[in-house]
Amino acid sequence: MIGWALRRLTQSLLVILLMTLVVFVGLNAIGNPMDILVGEDLNQAERLQAIAHLGLDQPLWQQYLIFLKGAVHGNLGQSFVYHEDAMRLILQRLPATFELAFSALFLAVVIGVPLGMFAGMYPEHPLSRLMMAASIVGFSLPAFWVALMMIMLFSITLGWLPASGRGETREWLGVQWSWLTLDGLQHLLLPALNLALFKISLVLRLTRAGVREVLPQEFVKFARAKGLSPMRVMCMHVMRNTMIPVVTVLAMELGSTIAYAVVTESIFAWPGAGKLILDSINMLDRPVVVAYLMVVVVIFVVLNLIVDSLYYLLDPRVRIEASR
Amino acid sequence: MNVIEKVPIGSTLLQAQSPWRRVLAEFFSSPTAVTGLVVLLLIVLVAALAPWIVVQTPYDLMQLNVMDARMPPGSLNGDSGYTYWLGTDGQGRDLVSAIIYGLRISLWVGIGSALIAAVIGTLLGLVSAYVGGWLDALLMRLVDLLLSFPVILMALMILAWLGKGVGNVMLTLIMLEWAYYARTARGQALTESRREYVDAARGQGVGPLRIVVGHILPNCLPPLIVIGALQIARAITLEATLSFLGLGVPVTEPSLGLLIANGFQYMLSNEYWISLFPGLALLITIVAINLVGDRLRDVLNPRLQR
Repeated sequence: MIGWALRRLTQSLLVILLMTLVVFVGLNAIGNPMDILVGEDLNQAERLQAIAHLGLDQPLWQQYLIFLKGAVHGNLGQSFVYHEDAMRLILQRLPATFELAFSALFLAVVIGVPLGMFAGMYPEHPLSRLMMAASIVGFSLPAFWVALMMIMLFSITLGWLPASGRGETREWLGVQWSWLTLDGLQHLLLPALNLALFKISLVLRLTRAGVREVLPQEFVKFARAKGLSPMRVMCMHVMRNTMIPVVTVLAMELGSTIAYAVVTESIFAWPGAGKLILDSINMLDRPVVVAYLMVVVVIFVVLNLIVDSLYYLLDPRVRIEASR
Repeated sequence: MNVIEKVPIGSTLLQAQSPWRRVLAEFFSSPTAVTGLVVLLLIVLVAALAPWIVVQTPYDLMQLNVMDARMPPGSLNGDSGYTYWLGTDGQGRDLVSAIIYGLRISLWVGIGSALIAAVIGTLLGLVSAYVGGWLDALLMRLVDLLLSFPVILMALMILAWLGKGVGNVMLTLIMLEWAYYARTARGQALTESRREYVDAARGQGVGPLRIVVGHILPNCLPPLIVIGALQIARAITLEATLSFLGLGVPVTEPSLGLLIANGFQYMLSNEYWISLFPGLALLITIVAINLVGDRLRDVLNPRLQR
């Protein structure tokens, strides 16, 4: 157990270290930020002073070591544009992104699971066939285009829901949240639904497959024979056994939901980390780009680690595999 | 031989046919897949013949008339008398022409990157399977790393290094896609290399290079073709998304994604067509490719074959 945990932890740390190297060296290959940040009117001495101030005069490996040392302390440098701590900028924007991502996952479960159970119980029903066809569309449609169509339909034509911003927010635990006010919820619905579309298709298919696998098993027949109501059999016995893969996949999907929020945030003008990173890429604001990439990579690696550990604890087969 | 072919047992008859002909026959037995293929061929044809079809070259600023900007579908061009069937965009481009030229970029980027990635990935996969040892371990860890992160994150990272532009988008797609082919080719090659026909070839004194290229590679192709078809659709979607985010093609030569992005700002004033029609073109292309790809997967699936 301890051996496995240590090995898995080392692996995760190695991946993060590797990614710092890739991100840092890669980003230094792009154009010189000085050209953009410093006006033409500076003379040579002022230019050099600015370069030294930003630490850009040192050799690349030394810059990397300084960066790594800072990264361990949560300091990933100052934003060239906002003149603020890059990490703090990201962390300020991250709650909005998390709010969006978790809302999307919530919608995926609330919509995907019941639909998937229906499709699993009645696979030949025309509605089930329609759902399966729609889920293929959900997989293959470009999300950004769906977002535009949603805005066109619900915001412009019908005028039901707002299409940009977070709306009214309320503070909770020191952070502003949209889901605590009615106006904020209205603003949240369209972007969350857009981000959730792909996940809904995924959850629907997973649940359907799970239900179809569980239904013919002995314990379901037994529960029915005991005289339990069909509703109770579905909710207590079938659902419990189909939710394990759904929960695992969703936990793994959280990382990609945060990454794909970039697209949704830029369309719905949602002031999260994704919008910040797009602006930063365009303005060559290197520290912010690096900080964002590192934060998402760490979130991703940690999520994978948690899921793997849970699997290790829950599934004896994985343990046997690992001990070999 | 004639006698054997006349034996009325289905399986024997199937074995007597060339496998590719059987695949083709099965493919064409699905009306949806054939529809997808026909639509796809039409799109490719239109994109290839674009300069002879369109009424204006949308990238030639001299041919654009800013006075004609944002005209609704069906408006008449005052000077030369042709109709803007799908309207015009913010710069006065005829949308039909812009969409066809945009399709050219999308298909070029999608198919081009998928083909190059297929060649590189398959090659690396075969080498990995054949050489084994530390090279195999290194390549496969790299593949694991690439495939474990969300595509959009890797794309943002790579484009942040390389900068914008069609070439860089293609390079990004290739850097992301080769891993799928490499993993599949390696797995398939390892399975195939344990089969009797490889032993037989080796026993006959066939050289290792010829075994890999002449005997193992052809048997690795079916799953690679399926991946290729689905990767083209994914690549087109990703290119459109990146261009939409302003990280792809230059503003003067819009692809479908950028056309949609440009139309976005006018949508709020109810000028829907600038975003809607390029989006529909993108959608039809992606769905057509996916229909073909899905059918190919069913037909080429080795588990169903044997």
